[in-house]
Amino acid sequence: MSILVGANTRVLVQNITGDEGRFHTRQMLAYGTKVVAGNAPGHGGQEVEGVPVFESVREAVEATGANATVGFVPARFAGDAIVEAADNLVPLIVCITEWIPVLDMVRIGAHVRSKGCRLVGPNCPGIMTPGCCKMGILPGNIFTPGPVGIVSRSGTLTYEIAGALTDLGVGQSTCVGIGGDPIIGTTFIDILALFEEDPQTEAIALIGEIGGSDEEEAAAFIATRVKKPVVAFIAGKTAPPDRRMGHAGAIVSGGRGTAAEKIAALERAGVTVCNSTDETAEAVAALVGKRNTGDRN
Amino acid sequence: MKTHEYHAREILKGYGIPFPPAGVAETSDQAEAIARELGGKVVVKAQALVGGRGKAGGIKRAGTPEEARDAAAALLGSSLKGHPVRKVLVAQVVPVSREYYLGAVLDRSAKRVTLMASAMGGVDIEEVARTSPDAIARVSADPLLGLADYQTRDLARAAGLAGDQATAFRSITRALYQAFFECDCSLLEVNPLALTEGGEFAALDSKMVVDDNALSRRPSLAALLDPEAEEPAETEARRVGVSYIELEGNVGCLVNGAGLAMATMDVIKLYGGEPANFLDIGGGAHIDQVRAALRILLHDPCVRAVLVNIFGGITRCDVVAQAVVDAIAAGEVRVPVVARLVGTNAAEGRRILEGTEVVLAGTMTEAAQKAVALAAATAAGSAAGPAATGSAGFAAGPTSSVAAGEEAGG
Repeated sequence: MSILVGANTRVLVQNITGDEGRFHTRQMLAYGTKVVAGNAPGHGGQEVEGVPVFESVREAVEATGANATVGFVPARFAGDAIVEAADNLVPLIVCITEWIPVLDMVRIGAHVRSKGCRLVGPNCPGIMTPGCCKMGILPGNIFTPGPVGIVSRSGTLTYEIAGALTDLGVGQSTCVGIGGDPIIGTTFIDILALFEEDPQTEAIALIGEIGGSDEEEAAAFIATRVKKPVVAFIAGKTAPPDRRMGHAGAIVSGGRGTAAEKIAALERAGVTVCNSTDETAEAVAALVGKRNTGDRN
Repeated sequence: MKTHEYHAREILKGYGIPFPPAGVAETSDQAEAIARELGGKVVVKAQALVGGRGKAGGIKRAGTPEEARDAAAALLGSSLKGHPVRKVLVAQVVPVSREYYLGAVLDRSAKRVTLMASAMGGVDIEEVARTSPDAIARVSADPLLGLADYQTRDLARAAGLAGDQATAFRSITRALYQAFFECDCSLLEVNPLALTEGGEFAALDSKMVVDDNALSRRPSLAALLDPEAEEPAETEARRVGVSYIELEGNVGCLVNGAGLAMATMDVIKLYGGEPANFLDIGGGAHIDQVRAALRILLHDPCVRAVLVNIFGGITRCDVVAQAVVDAIAAGEVRVPVVARLVGTNAAEGRRILEGTEVVLAGTMTEAAQKAVALAAATAAGSAAGPAATGSAGFAAGPTSSVAAGEEAGG
């Protein structure tokens, strides 16, 4: 088992004819992802890497039964691509694009929820269920199937933890990059709830960063609703206030959203918070080893 | 992007939010003339992108045009928390009976825009939020329906307003909400919103922060960007497509990805060092971008060692390694370099660096420990004070300090 994406995920790539769309379609196919359709207005009837291209999301879904979409769409058009996917009731919409105006995401996010669809991102690396389905830009070779669920606001830190776990001989159930923007479709809580229900996931690595209060809300959720062990890392302890640290959402403003606040909240909820990514991977690996031993006894 | 007060007030006046009469002066002569026109009693306010201007001495009251002239002379050309003061706003003093707070903010956890109102205006609203949270009324607007009439009524009632004053307050609230969306704000405040002795509202100060992601579609707002508000090196970084923030330590960092760049800074601190910068070269950086990024971080004379930390996904480790080798060959690198390369083409990258003076590390922990030790050794080996060489400089003109930037927004 896994969460969000698996063997039955049939992926549509929006803007498949762009450079990024083509490149990552090739990568996703090479990983074994079922990329069944592409969409690019003006390119209907063409093929990219053997994948049929459609004029609209509606045509793509009708012809191929795509049940998830990933967009490699420039920021100016990315919001519209999300709306088109939601209006066609694609259940899972992954948006990789960075630099979408934040207030657009306030309105588009509400629209997506009203349609009952799930949006992951924007400004995220996508979702990976190792050995099965890669949806996005994550480098496939560093992941391996196993018991650890990873959820992170940062792409590179997702890779960092997954790579370190793989090196330690510990695999992952599903890895979800939820995105570095202030307004994102899917938050830590949504993913924690899915991992808690997923039989394959034995332990969870939560990678947060400064800005907002998603980690604090995750801590409150973990305290009451998550029985599986959670290990966390929070990036940005040394970040100066009022500066946007690369990600639009990674900013301490008005003295709120500091790493210290988040770490304190998580520790109060019983989460092990580590000082570095190396320590985080080791702590999760130790936990899974112990649990496996415990289960066998 | 933060906007200057004198810009924000002009924008908000366009939405019908009332402000006292005022003018902008760049010289003390101009300030005196404006004060005379406004009747003599004015407040002279330094235009600098920092919070807490009053406490920092950036706001002065004047009873006569001559006093306004002196106040402007004292402020113009000075610096406020490290930010240069080039202009002052000279505003008529209005007799105030009560000060209110009205603000709109992007509420990340509600995924909505939240409006806040309070009868405890004029002071730091974050302080009010901490000490008496019940004194602030909040409503969250439905993103698809917009701000509902009953919500503006609730805010006015919570602020203790009734009759004509409530009507006026509600109209200002609607104007603020409209401006928030049309200017792609992440924060928009009118504080204090004064009720004058004549029973009218007047906004005595305002604060507008615009979403950087939206500047490309708001050219008139993008034009208000104050180039002096950021370091020239940071402007140069944006030009070449990397993200750089100068800090005060001596270990320079070159990293791919914002999260990893922050984590790299943290691990340097964890092992007893201080990061000199945040630097994210982004995904799939070209060799020229990496060279430019190296030049930008090495322009800082405090840098005593460089830590290159790459987890290659779309970014290729061999490209980064080649850029480092080229920079060394060109004589641009005056301090030791530690590199930790993992992911795409890592083996090729390490091969390129073998036999050079670059120190290779296997893990982030090892890399940070080596970089911190080398920075300390380099610092001990050189004369006190910044190194004389390597300060490239990107633009003429004064620079603001990061320390001052930290104070902004309060």
